[in-house]
Amino acid sequence: MPIDILMPALSPTMEEGTLSKWLKNEGDKVTSGDVIAEIETDKATMEVEAVDEGVIGKLLVAAGTENVKVNTKIAILLTEGETADSMSSGETAEKPATPAADAPKADADTPAATSDAAGGKARQSADEPSAAADSKVPAQPKMEVLADPDIPAGTEMVMTTVREALRDAMAEEMRRDENVFVMGEEVAEYQGAYKITQGLLQEFGARRVVDTPITEHGFAGVGVGAAMSGLKPIVEFMTFNFAMQAIDQIINSAAKTLYMSGGQMGAPIVFRGPNGAAARVGAQHSQDFSAWYSQIPGLKVVMPYTAADAKGLLKAAIRDPNPVVFLENEILYGQSFEVPKLDDFVLPIGKARIHKTGKDVTIVSFGIGMTYAVKAIAELEKEGIDVELIDLRTIRPMDLPTVIESVKKTGRLVTVEEGYPQNSVGTEIATRVMQQAFDYLDAPVLTVAGKDVPMPYAANLEKLALPNVGEVVQAVKTVCYK
Amino acid sequence: MALPNLASASGRKTAAKSANRPGSNDFTGRNSLDFNKDEDLHAYREMLLIRRFEEKAGQLYGMGFIGGFCHLYIGQEAVVVGMQMSQKDGDQVITAYRDHGHMLAAGMSARGVMAELTGRRGGYSKGKGGSMHMFSKEKNFYGGHGIVGAQVSLGTGLAFANKYRGNDNVSVAYFGDGAANQGQVYESFNMAALWKLPIVYIVENNRYAMGTSTSRATAQSNYSLRGSGFGIPGMQVDGMDVRAVKAAADEALEHCRTGNGPIILEMLTYRYRGHSMSDPAKYRSKDEVQKMRSEHDPIEQVRKRLLDKGWASEDELKGIDKDIRDIVSDSSDFAQADPEPDVSELYTDILL
Repeated sequence: MPIDILMPALSPTMEEGTLSKWLKNEGDKVTSGDVIAEIETDKATMEVEAVDEGVIGKLLVAAGTENVKVNTKIAILLTEGETADSMSSGETAEKPATPAADAPKADADTPAATSDAAGGKARQSADEPSAAADSKVPAQPKMEVLADPDIPAGTEMVMTTVREALRDAMAEEMRRDENVFVMGEEVAEYQGAYKITQGLLQEFGARRVVDTPITEHGFAGVGVGAAMSGLKPIVEFMTFNFAMQAIDQIINSAAKTLYMSGGQMGAPIVFRGPNGAAARVGAQHSQDFSAWYSQIPGLKVVMPYTAADAKGLLKAAIRDPNPVVFLENEILYGQSFEVPKLDDFVLPIGKARIHKTGKDVTIVSFGIGMTYAVKAIAELEKEGIDVELIDLRTIRPMDLPTVIESVKKTGRLVTVEEGYPQNSVGTEIATRVMQQAFDYLDAPVLTVAGKDVPMPYAANLEKLALPNVGEVVQAVKTVCYK
Repeated sequence: MALPNLASASGRKTAAKSANRPGSNDFTGRNSLDFNKDEDLHAYREMLLIRRFEEKAGQLYGMGFIGGFCHLYIGQEAVVVGMQMSQKDGDQVITAYRDHGHMLAAGMSARGVMAELTGRRGGYSKGKGGSMHMFSKEKNFYGGHGIVGAQVSLGTGLAFANKYRGNDNVSVAYFGDGAANQGQVYESFNMAALWKLPIVYIVENNRYAMGTSTSRATAQSNYSLRGSGFGIPGMQVDGMDVRAVKAAADEALEHCRTGNGPIILEMLTYRYRGHSMSDPAKYRSKDEVQKMRSEHDPIEQVRKRLLDKGWASEDELKGIDKDIRDIVSDSSDFAQADPEPDVSELYTDILL
């Protein structure tokens, strides 16, 4: 039997990539370990090695093809004694071989349904539900996104990934202010573990793009010390999970010094990096710290969803004279959004954005939580429920007035986030809305959050541990008494 | 009890050489240890100010004017005074919570420090920091930190900033023998050595981390060797002799200022008082304390020298003592009379 060579997944979150180059041609002999192709992911260009011995029978995907899905057949390897005739005629279609194709369909509306796309290689990007997800939810819901009032009408918009937006924000601020520098693990030569700092070393040099040893506690302290003397460090944590090693410096040194010094000196510093669950990386690498940091006076906590917000808010965070914890998300890095083409696009920290107006119920979310909300809204529209969606964008200081204004109109509120449910950002919002707008509420505030468990590794359990669109839909219906 | 023998280090620096640290240290104590008259008089005044200030702070604590934690520096005065005599404008100082002496040595006012101790609006942090958390941008004093060891990474960041800006200032980061066992100290050593940051790490080895003696807390009680794995040179210094401190400081600061990276000075010193005001010091004998006071007191050493060399008469020294007492009394009066911070200050200085 000829062997199918499949498009490999080369990172926990990779779903597709560009087959940039074939290094073997049809008819070439290969042995295991030979490099046969180069594949470009959103993070890096990787070499693909042959696993089996044989002769390349057919290359099914042309070099240069973009968006080749993981598990697509990209070539056929003929083993000993086989000829090209051994290949069936139907082998030329570029069709993903989905291992979960025969798996029982799960109903995303029913959290108890455990059967799912077990064996799926990566957690699906939240905007692209897996084939096994509730088929009622459209893959890419169309939504009239409300224009951000901070963007002048008529501004040209450019589709940009969150990754590029973050990089552009840093580069622009580094050009603008000599005191801004970035430090962290793999930010320079490696071009960023998640490619966020790509190109910065080449433009700004090793003085301002500083590779650190793996020493979070230490380099967070070095960053804060540099900030106390007036520099403006951007400290990248490879993920915020590792920032727990450094949390003393973030809280005790960065957040409290301004107060403890009677206003004499503070720490103008940005701590940034991916936060929350990525995909299939288990309990220690999958934690959302938004609620943790949001409890600390002296910190600002920003958690953007769109690329425009990522750019405008990161620029604001770098300019801010206070310590800012800037929580990104690995799943969102590769997603594209419209970003205004402006010379200097800076957004206000501490201001929520109304993503969509509506009259029946308010959903408040932030960061990757927005992806569930956006899909739920498309679903709810079909049932005649008109949702107002607020993207909090900043967790601290929290723009509660915008939430309360909306609740006054709708009388109903659901919050959505990926973090743990106890003492979550949602429970904080619920408490404050209860205290400040009780008379406007027509139903208890419901909070949709991650489950109260360490993140499991198994694909089906991981999916269950995270919130899902069905839960958001159900919560909205509940507060609407439908 | 295996205590470092200060007598053997008295009056000279001991080069901390180690077989596993080839070539990383050539400090031989070649600098002159003699102070001239002005230097000795200056050191005497400065050390006496700290001593009298701390005695007064202890008194005010007992009277209830100072609350919370209060860690006195009595016995260790020669360390900060000797270091400060060698520093130049723009060099930064950072330390932990036994910080009153560092602030006075840095030139911060006795009034401002004492009023902070009493939690009054005229304190350096408007009364919001307290004994452990004071700062002065003007005097390049970066705190005053309450978390053991955290100031070492922060001080390394100050050194990073000096290098980034391309100036020739040096960061002077103090920590105790207790903090020397914290992990981030070694993370900092590694980066400082890797990037050749201008920083003098000063281990104030007063023999006790709270109540735990160095012999019970560390496998390597020669703290000057603690940077050897990173190629950071170190010296053990008689921290009770202000001249030895100054000479070591001269050499260490020059080493950093000329781009050679970090250096460690282990100051062999002693605190006469307990760790904090509530420490009965049961972990050491009264004789041990008395022996240090009578044989190694840093102020007595200078006083004796001034008299022996005829640089000051008893009357002149009494005049200095009186000046110092006046400064301290004034700070105490101020710190008791100054109002508490306005209640509106509760919500200020949280964010800019």
